[in-house]
Amino acid sequence: MLSTFLAVLRRDLLLAWRGRADVLVTLAFFIIVVCLFPFGVGAEPNLLRAIAPGVLWVAALLACLLSLHRLFAQDHVDGTLEQLLLSSESAVLWVGAKVLAFWLSTGLPVVAVAPALALLLDLEQGGLPVLVLSLTLGTPTLALLGAVGAALTLGLRGGGMLLALLVLPLFVPVLIFGAGAVEAELSGTGAAAHLLLLGGGLAGALALAPWACAAALRISTE
Amino acid sequence: MQWESWSAFWEMGGAAGFVWGSYGVTFLLVALELVLVLRRRKEAVRKLLRWRRAIGKDRNGRTDARMESQ
Amino acid sequence: MTPSDRGRSLFRFAAPQVFYPLAGRLAPWFAALAAVLTLAGLWLGFFVAPTDATQGEVYRVIFIHVPAAWMSMFIYLIMAFWAAVGLVMNTRLSFIMSQALAPTGAMFCFVALWTGALWGKPTWGAYWVWDARLTSQLLLLFLYLGFIALTRAIEDPRRADRAGAIIALVGAVNVPIIYFSVQWWNTLHQGASVSLTKAPSMATTMLAGMLVMALAAWAYTIAVVLWRVRPMILERERHTEWVGALLDQESTERGGRA
Repeated sequence: MLSTFLAVLRRDLLLAWRGRADVLVTLAFFIIVVCLFPFGVGAEPNLLRAIAPGVLWVAALLACLLSLHRLFAQDHVDGTLEQLLLSSESAVLWVGAKVLAFWLSTGLPVVAVAPALALLLDLEQGGLPVLVLSLTLGTPTLALLGAVGAALTLGLRGGGMLLALLVLPLFVPVLIFGAGAVEAELSGTGAAAHLLLLGGGLAGALALAPWACAAALRISTE
Repeated sequence: MQWESWSAFWEMGGAAGFVWGSYGVTFLLVALELVLVLRRRKEAVRKLLRWRRAIGKDRNGRTDARMESQ
Repeated sequence: MTPSDRGRSLFRFAAPQVFYPLAGRLAPWFAALAAVLTLAGLWLGFFVAPTDATQGEVYRVIFIHVPAAWMSMFIYLIMAFWAAVGLVMNTRLSFIMSQALAPTGAMFCFVALWTGALWGKPTWGAYWVWDARLTSQLLLLFLYLGFIALTRAIEDPRRADRAGAIIALVGAVNVPIIYFSVQWWNTLHQGASVSLTKAPSMATTMLAGMLVMALAAWAYTIAVVLWRVRPMILERERHTEWVGALLDQESTERGGRA
């Protein structure tokens, strides 16, 4: 059981490494979106400091959304997905492995550069650990929820926009608690409650999303 | 009765735009939905009649097997 | 389904050829009921219910705002319920029902937002505030639009049914989470909405008007959904004999008129 999980994980990570240009594009998108905000709202440091948690979180969310279509598209085209679905292995397991590989190859780099971008927006240094922690807890949830949407829109015309419409409303709670955690930390009320809720959300998504995603993949490839 | 006159009723205590704007748009949407829903069945029947002619079904519902298999 | 076992269970109403004429017969009655209830509700709301002590006449928007908001939430739940029934029992009609409900739900959702905005301007001083209830209503509208867009984008009806059902269920699981998170996020305008219990003597007629309008919204929804289900059944079942016979009849009538 574990060997299937590891095999799929290793394969997807290897594929991500070979197609690392895609990952770099995602990262560049994340950075550019954040850099657009000062041009839009003005370079007033107080203002930037105030909106920094929200900007970083929205940009991370969009970067995740933009790369979601990659999650199953390639496997769908070359028939790997059908083979996996036909195999006797539990679909929940390898879906979980694929989502984990997706998060490791797109979510983790975003989390890693977020503190540097936070400094660009002059976020107070005290907020950095909470920012990283909230992104670490929140982006896997986004990947799990997004995987369901990606599975449902597999191979559809205009699937990208549709995927955005489907998953963005579902991303809102994660955004609220994620950006809220940083703001709560900076305002002195402490981020514990926000982070616990993010963790709870992740646990819930881990329990339900792979299952829904596997069902959605079966429907889409039928 | 709440109103001294019909004009008082239409004025809604100065909030006519808000109150009638709400009710007007609501009933407009409801009317629009009803029109669309009721027209939809006629359209479906027309479309299906055309579809049936196209696949060559005769009036007794028998199907030209060649066409149907497409 | 063979004719012998068709009669045996209540599930026979789940058979499209039974439900199609039934829906056609019931819909006008529900529409009439909705019309009567709307007239009664409007009469209660505009001529019986007194002026609100603090808000004046503007509060009369409540008689469509609150029923529309309730209805938009109920419809989403019913939609998810039919989606679940469809996935579990594999009944085509359940999927059709859930798809027929969505546009009406979205309509009520928009009405709730629109009337909320027009009510908000004179009471809060702004058409839109990022109030918890308004915001979750907006997100509910997005969920409806996502469901409608997904089911329309998929051409294969079997896939559209099931994919729509999954997203409806995922949405239904998320609605309480969204509501809770939005409430957490903004407690700014708590208590800004009307408290009906302030003046108990007034509350009864106001509440009565609101409830009658809510019942009217129910009757209207049932009528519209029954009407909307009919052409969807015809299109799905176009290969069956009973639709063939029905089309024969329709074409004869049409020929007769021409």
